[in-house]
Amino acid sequence: MQKLLLLGDEALAQGALDAGMSGVFAYPGTPSTEITEYIQENKEAIERNVHRTWSSNEKTAVEAAIGMSYTGKRAMTCMKHVGLNVAADPFMNSAFTGANGGLLVTVADDPSMHSSQNEQDSRFYAKFAMIPCIEPSNQQECYDLAYYGFDLSEKYKLPVLVRLTTRLSHSRAGVDRKALLPEKSIKMPDDPNQFVLLPAIARKKYQHLISIQEDLVKESENSPFNHYYEGTNKSIGIIAFGLAYNYVMENFPNGCPYPLLKISQYPLPRKMVQRIFDECETILVAEEGMPLMEELLRGYLNNGKTIHGRLDGTIPRDGELNPNKIAVALGMEDKCGLPIPEVVAPRPPMLCVGCPHSDSFYALNDALVEHGKGHVFSDIGCYTLGFMPPYHAINSCVDMGASITMAKGAADAGFFPSVAVIGDSTFSHSGLTGLLDAVYDNSNIVIVILDNSTTGMTGGQDFTAFGKLEQICLGIGVPREHIRVVKPLKQHHDEMVQVFKEEIAYKGVSVVIPRRECLQVTRRKYKA
Amino acid sequence: MKKDIILAGVGGQGILTIATVIGYAALDAGLNLKQAEVHGMSQRGGDVQSHMRISDKPIYSDLIPFGGADIILSVEPMESLRYLPYLAKDGWLITNTTPFNNIAKYPEMDDVLNAIAKVPHQIMLNADEIAKNLNAARSMNIVMLGAASFYLDISAEKLEEGIKSVFEEKGEKIVESNIAAFRAGREYAAKAVSN
Repeated sequence: MQKLLLLGDEALAQGALDAGMSGVFAYPGTPSTEITEYIQENKEAIERNVHRTWSSNEKTAVEAAIGMSYTGKRAMTCMKHVGLNVAADPFMNSAFTGANGGLLVTVADDPSMHSSQNEQDSRFYAKFAMIPCIEPSNQQECYDLAYYGFDLSEKYKLPVLVRLTTRLSHSRAGVDRKALLPEKSIKMPDDPNQFVLLPAIARKKYQHLISIQEDLVKESENSPFNHYYEGTNKSIGIIAFGLAYNYVMENFPNGCPYPLLKISQYPLPRKMVQRIFDECETILVAEEGMPLMEELLRGYLNNGKTIHGRLDGTIPRDGELNPNKIAVALGMEDKCGLPIPEVVAPRPPMLCVGCPHSDSFYALNDALVEHGKGHVFSDIGCYTLGFMPPYHAINSCVDMGASITMAKGAADAGFFPSVAVIGDSTFSHSGLTGLLDAVYDNSNIVIVILDNSTTGMTGGQDFTAFGKLEQICLGIGVPREHIRVVKPLKQHHDEMVQVFKEEIAYKGVSVVIPRRECLQVTRRKYKA
Repeated sequence: MKKDIILAGVGGQGILTIATVIGYAALDAGLNLKQAEVHGMSQRGGDVQSHMRISDKPIYSDLIPFGGADIILSVEPMESLRYLPYLAKDGWLITNTTPFNNIAKYPEMDDVLNAIAKVPHQIMLNADEIAKNLNAARSMNIVMLGAASFYLDISAEKLEEGIKSVFEEKGEKIVESNIAAFRAGREYAAKAVSN
């Protein structure tokens, strides 16, 4: 069979499909979005009717995946790194319930924050939950590890965390497929109490989880994805995790002279680590993201073997790795080319010309002029670009849904006016409960739900509250006369300013919904 | 054989289409390939780049090392300069000269062109104009691919096959205008280098 040319995200999706996965549950988030999109567009997945529609958020997605696992079928849930924070509750407890059908929790981290608010490292979560983590180093391993991961999950009846990073998620290479496995049929858990985390059961579950930790280490020691490569120059032993392995090898086209331990499966394979410590004078730890393993190997007192890495500055402490950083860490020449000429100006992302959000921001700015700057709490999405010139329209961006709750907290402090600006998809992700809080307290806020009828920033995905915004606000208890829908267009500017002013003047919770479809979506429809 | 190519431009200018064409041609020629691209926030009018690596040997890193690129192929002049740290000492910078001006402080064009002229090996062409003259304004990116085609170590035939594969669902006319754009770019570069 000819190789498929796939992004890391897509290779993982194909691997999961070929391994007989029955459903994927996810909310879009860069760099993980393409996993689910690939499954949504995949002919075989459509024929098999693999579950593939979007979830409201990562928490609902993980819970649904646990539910599918309960039935004995193989399920995957995917998200960006910060999405796992949203889903942390079901995720942590899934380590206690364990899995019935294979369960993969795929998390794509974004070191260097290309499209994110932080660069947290999801391997911490795997360690925190005491479950296996697999971290592919290339597209073929993305495929193979998804396939392998389901078996691993079923063998230990545990969820397995699959960790990707931006560079692998969004890079293409040729991938070979394996034989297609049939989907599992419905088979309830052997132990009817497996998913009942009452304290008495949960305590046993925890003891069980502790008791299998050594088995998981042995599993890593025998993993086909962890490999010890001999080397003649034992002055340095390199431990390279996931993608970092490539950056090491890039510097040695004729083979690495140093002993090299490539690790793609956690917990750490103790015997292999012991061996490289025994054989080598010093150790270089190369890991993408935070120095999690380096810290572990060093210990708090750092009084063992000399270990170089991100903690001692041999490799920069933050940001994604690249071949040059590893070259420098190994004392090799940094072959960097010419510097960027001074004439080059930054070109930050910005709202598209004619974007409906821009009309909303111009109107909101004018409505707030008399109150001065600093009154707008915003959220995560395209409209976060309202921070940029010429708008300078927002004053916060913290996490999904925080606009409404921060505005509420500020209003509860007596701050006036207090305005929240949130996208329609973000609202369906994490806005509803915050709105309920605001209504419960009758907090004096104006919530602007920018309705472009899509999840814009990630490329235009569907979302669960589409077409239901007024009904939801009404149902939660916002008075009907304070749910105002406007059409954000230049010619409606004065009307919009007026609506914003009226709702700012109203003492209580009001919602303004500027509604006009995202231009990218309109354009795509027109093309098709 | 190994070619490391930085494709540069602004979100929406079509560098991923160039990458796809080269990708088809490279696979067809039995070569290994890795191609890293930018998704997410930067696609909204920000600077975007793609790292395209082709080799007959295994390719490790998805990123081209700094100082390792054989070619910077840019569809926008200022953007071509942003990636100079990636260019190898004997590498080529091949760029469109029509600016994409979506920022408040776009530098003086003369300063940009002078900075490009200082790069030891470079080819500048007005790909927008060449495409317009062919009545194929949207094929500017393929004109640029044509201009770079001599340096890719992949035959023109294979690249044209790639163009056909990529555009075939859009109809014969679109395929033809892109082939014409490719040939015009290739011709321009041939003349520019022989002068």
